[in-house]
Amino acid sequence: MSLRLATATTLALLAIGLPLAAWLSLSNSRGRWLVDAIVALPLVLPPTVLGFYVLVALGPRSPLGRGYESIVGSPLVFSFEGLLVASVLYSLPFAVQPFAAAFAAVDRSLIEAAWCLGASPARTFARVVIPLARPGVVAGAVLAFAHTIGEFGVVLMVGGNLPGRTRTVSVSIYDDVQAFDYARAGRTAALLLIFSFVVLATTYRQQRRAGRAWPVT
Amino acid sequence: MQADFELESGGGRIMALFGPSGSGKTTILRCLAGLERPQHGFIRFDAETWFDSEKNVHVPPQQRQLGYVSQEYGLFPHLTVEQNIRFGMQADGSADSSRRVDELLERVHLAAMAGRLPSELSGGERQRVALARVLARNPRLILLDEPLAALDLPLRDPMRHELRTFLRSIDVPSVIVTHDRVDALAIADRISVLSGGRIRQVGSVHEVFSRPADVTVAASVGVETVVPGEVIGLADGVATVRAGDSQVRAVYAGSVGTPVFVCIRAEDVTLESSLHEGTSARNRWIGRVTSVQHEGAVVRVTIDCGFSLTALLTRPAQEELRVATGETIAAVVKATAVHLIAR
Repeated sequence: MSLRLATATTLALLAIGLPLAAWLSLSNSRGRWLVDAIVALPLVLPPTVLGFYVLVALGPRSPLGRGYESIVGSPLVFSFEGLLVASVLYSLPFAVQPFAAAFAAVDRSLIEAAWCLGASPARTFARVVIPLARPGVVAGAVLAFAHTIGEFGVVLMVGGNLPGRTRTVSVSIYDDVQAFDYARAGRTAALLLIFSFVVLATTYRQQRRAGRAWPVT
Repeated sequence: MQADFELESGGGRIMALFGPSGSGKTTILRCLAGLERPQHGFIRFDAETWFDSEKNVHVPPQQRQLGYVSQEYGLFPHLTVEQNIRFGMQADGSADSSRRVDELLERVHLAAMAGRLPSELSGGERQRVALARVLARNPRLILLDEPLAALDLPLRDPMRHELRTFLRSIDVPSVIVTHDRVDALAIADRISVLSGGRIRQVGSVHEVFSRPADVTVAASVGVETVVPGEVIGLADGVATVRAGDSQVRAVYAGSVGTPVFVCIRAEDVTLESSLHEGTSARNRWIGRVTSVQHEGAVVRVTIDCGFSLTALLTRPAQEELRVATGETIAAVVKATAVHLIAR
């Protein structure tokens, strides 16, 4: 359950986060600071606050929730899809901020060189910016993935706690502790700890190698 | 920042934007490339308008079909030499484009380096890749920002010559930005002198260096006498150069037959009575004073000694020597003070 959610969230974040980060780091629009602040909000908000608003916004009483229900036939909240929306929002800064930092670090003159060679902004982005920012893009995706795996508050608010449908690893640990099943909670917790550590360690190791393979000229 | 100039688009014409750093050269180049927009005015290329502030026209760099090479060459570090060159080509991957890539690599003498990454190349090789990449697009205008600044000093001299030969061999007008007068003299046909965000003078290299329009230009070019000549003899590291109707001796490491610019700074010229004989200096020319100009504590004297030579001397020295227009006088310059720039 957690794995599926984390994979879907990461993919969605790549689709939304890359263009958003590109806009944040490469454009100089006036509204940037506002978007920057909104993207960073989940970092400081308690997950219950975010979860509450997502619940209200997606619930059957909101136009959004009703619209979704009339098209798909089932409610958005307490479903996998609803959970996905919430966790994408919640993990947004964890993906977008490394993306944006990596894009901003790409040598501006290389982007201009691509333009002068006739490459459209989209082609420049795909062939120059993303390859050069790859370590940052990988880092952002991994962070988002690991963060979603360990997510708790938002999941509980929006997804409820339906075994097999919306119960994630962290929620099941909570359940076990509530039921005084410390042994099971401990096993799951250790699993999550090891998994997160291995993912992060592998990423950082990759980054160091990548750093050596591409000396910036 | 103000600039108003035209460049005839005849084949192989090279214009240098010359001026100290901060004079706005790079900004002009970036405006030509479409990477920056002027606040007012227009940029036209042939019949096309690339920029016009009044009509709100701005053609993006992608559509100007020009070759722009930044100071660090802007090679993509994650692509090989060949991939870099292919980047700007319209038909990617066809047999035709492969032949074109080979041709371009051959042309810049990098055929063996096609699979290398830019980080594995020397500075000069990187520059050649950048030039080949620009040529791959069949540009209508080539813009080079400080093309030699990223090279080590010993490399610069041969590269100047190579760059000029290269730019002249392709049928495309080019604009180079430089703060180095040797670059401007060695590479360009025409020169625009910039200072304080304005273009002060536009003309042929020879004209601008030998007849600066005003004091600012004179100060930024820094050399008062620039005469075209040709090396006709070479002995013990001292070259004999025919310049105008005179001969000039200068320390030089090149070869006989090379066309050069003879450069002499006015403060290196000593004037003495034409009756006086014997000096250790290799150059002693007898000539007629054509003008005497007072500039504060110093006097600027031009002498016709087979070519036009400018000398600076103090006011007491001028009075003692009785330097006046029409008088005959001897000008003395050491061979080490004459700088030859090969073309």
